Amino acid sequence: MNQTSTETRSVTVEREFPYPPEKLWRALTQPHLIEEWLMKNDFHPKVGHSFNLRGDWGGVLDCEVLAVEPNRTLSYTWNFKHDDDAYNLESVVTFTLTPTGTGTHLRMEQSGFRPNQKQAYGGAHAGWQKFLANLEQVMARAD
Amino acid sequence: MPNAQDMLFKTLADPTRRAIFERLCREGEKTVGELTARAGVSQPAVSKHLGVLKQAGLVRDRHEGRQTHYSAQLGALAPLIDWTSQMAGFWQSRFDHLEDLLKRMDQ
Repeated sequence: MNQTSTETRSVTVEREFPYPPEKLWRALTQPHLIEEWLMKNDFHPKVGHSFNLRGDWGGVLDCEVLAVEPNRTLSYTWNFKHDDDAYNLESVVTFTLTPTGTGTHLRMEQSGFRPNQKQAYGGAHAGWQKFLANLEQVMARAD
Repeated sequence: MPNAQDMLFKTLADPTRRAIFERLCREGEKTVGELTARAGVSQPAVSKHLGVLKQAGLVRDRHEGRQTHYSAQLGALAPLIDWTSQMAGFWQSRFDHLEDLLKRMDQ
């Protein structure tokens, strides 16, 4: 899974939660709980299990479980097929749980963005506030 | 998708409406009352803006009892931005939901 030879990029979001890893693990691996924070699903924590995540916007993601280490690591593919190649996505989502003195640090890395999405990768770190600020300038030019 | 882009630009061109949308992006789900408290305009005006945002697919509403909760639909901005920006925003908002869920879970 370590693709140093390819030019893929990733998006990382991290946050610390004031709960033990066991509790986060339940939220990450029990279908009815996954549905409450992520999407409708038929997930099962078993390597090789294929499942779908169904977004409330109507999109369906094709996924396959790649790694399961209870209370530590969960990884699955996150693929979205789209006729327009710009929206087509083949990626891997990996959750890493690290216990801290007061809770659990959760790291989500989504990797596999293709070289031709490099520009997009740069945008991911700029974040929403910058995007929304820039939108104003874009609109001024659009007139 | 020029038509979809036009609609999004027009919808977000209004500064008050954009401020409402930005707040929903940053702070998650809110009721009309909560939004009005800091919008600087009347509740009917906020409701009208929310209606326009909803029509553009930028917000969705969820009814709970007598309250209606509004949340930002980051996916609606897809025609304007790239996948990864969308993904980062998406995961931030999902982590918010995860935090809420963990609060509700027992033990």
